[in-house]
Amino acid sequence: MAEEEVKLFGTWASPFSRRIEVALKLKGVQYEYIEENLTNKSPALLNYNPVHKQIPVLVHNGKPVAESFVIMEYVDETWKHNPILPTDPYEKAMARFWAKYIDEKLWPAAKKVVVTKGEEQKGVINEIQQQMKNLEGELKEKTFFGGESIGFVDIAANIIIWLVVAQEALGMDQILDEEKLPILHGWLQRLLDDAVFKECVPPKERHLDFSKVKFGSSIASK
Amino acid sequence: MAEQKVKLLGFWVSPFMYRVIWALKLKGIDYEYIEEDIFNKSPLLLQLNPIHKKVPVLIHGDRVICESYVIVQYIDETWPHCPLLPQDPYERAMARFWADFAETKLLMTASIALCGRGEVQERAVKQAMEAVEKIEGVVKGKKLFGGESIGYLDICLGWMSYWLPVWEEVGGMQIIDPIKFPATSSWMNTFLHHPVIGDNLPARDAMIEYFQKRSKDISESDWFEGVIRLHLQP
Repeated sequence: MAEEEVKLFGTWASPFSRRIEVALKLKGVQYEYIEENLTNKSPALLNYNPVHKQIPVLVHNGKPVAESFVIMEYVDETWKHNPILPTDPYEKAMARFWAKYIDEKLWPAAKKVVVTKGEEQKGVINEIQQQMKNLEGELKEKTFFGGESIGFVDIAANIIIWLVVAQEALGMDQILDEEKLPILHGWLQRLLDDAVFKECVPPKERHLDFSKVKFGSSIASK
Repeated sequence: MAEQKVKLLGFWVSPFMYRVIWALKLKGIDYEYIEEDIFNKSPLLLQLNPIHKKVPVLIHGDRVICESYVIVQYIDETWPHCPLLPQDPYERAMARFWADFAETKLLMTASIALCGRGEVQERAVKQAMEAVEKIEGVVKGKKLFGGESIGYLDICLGWMSYWLPVWEEVGGMQIIDPIKFPATSSWMNTFLHHPVIGDNLPARDAMIEYFQKRSKDISESDWFEGVIRLHLQP
């Protein structure tokens, strides 16, 4: 292909735009990153994503793609080397199923657990641990959900890092407890050790401070 | 693999299940249909879909696939003739984007408009219409979302052509104003009159009766408030 222009609109603290960074870096795609201020969205962002007015947005040779899973599939189909989805239709279906599960079940529960307390919070913690057990059932003895290398579900599951950091910021006990969830715990360590993946998480101290400000105040106000 | 036996676990009035039926029928794939009573879930369903305990579930040989969008894409990739998704990655991304948009912004608000009354229904109708306005822009100038033939996005949005008019009647409201949304109305008509679709729809009278009871039960349930909070803008 001739001169390629790839731009990614994102924010440093968003797991969703970080997902796209992982996908692009795994495939060695050169891109220009544009940091958005979500309290003062740029005319470019509003032009490229008029429907949701949200990040991430990938712009490839002037054509915008929005929604993180839609973008990830687009990246995988456009730059075919180092695939992040399996080639077998059934394995692909399983990857799409679990990625959807993460966004529709685990992410809402993770957002809820840091803004609730007492009995309500205990209920959400149980829910999350059950969801994590379900994910362990899919991961089994594999190095990553994608097998030997990072795949679609590993990238989607990056939100677990955001949960872990938020819990640490609030001084909560970690839900992803090594004793209760040894398989997922081991997976997370491998993910954070991965050369490409670790470039695509927010710097720890800054992320902790950000989480303290974001979630600390919502607890204090109750 | 493609020649292995196909079974579909479904519920007679589920729009999600019909996406799978339409995909199978359009590709001429034989399957055995198993009706599931979703109000009295069978051990089979709980075994096949322990995570969500929902229909549709596709069984292909010894493979089990859940979630209608995941199933339709699996069908498209396993039986590649009569493709549903376009070949071009950007066009595929657009189809997936709008399928996702309609699911989160239109299907949920339309369901709330069906079950809710008064101010809740008004807000739901307004937000559903805002979503349809965007879909109108996508289908304008096209016979079908897939162009000349039914594609992935037509299948994902197909419920609009048949379930939505039933919900409008039961709920006593209107979302698809044919004057405001001429392209969408025309698409609904074209889709419904496709021989494969027209031959594969639940009986309308039975649907009216079902949704009259179901919408009343939902509106009186203790979880309806939560659904409204989650899916309706203030």
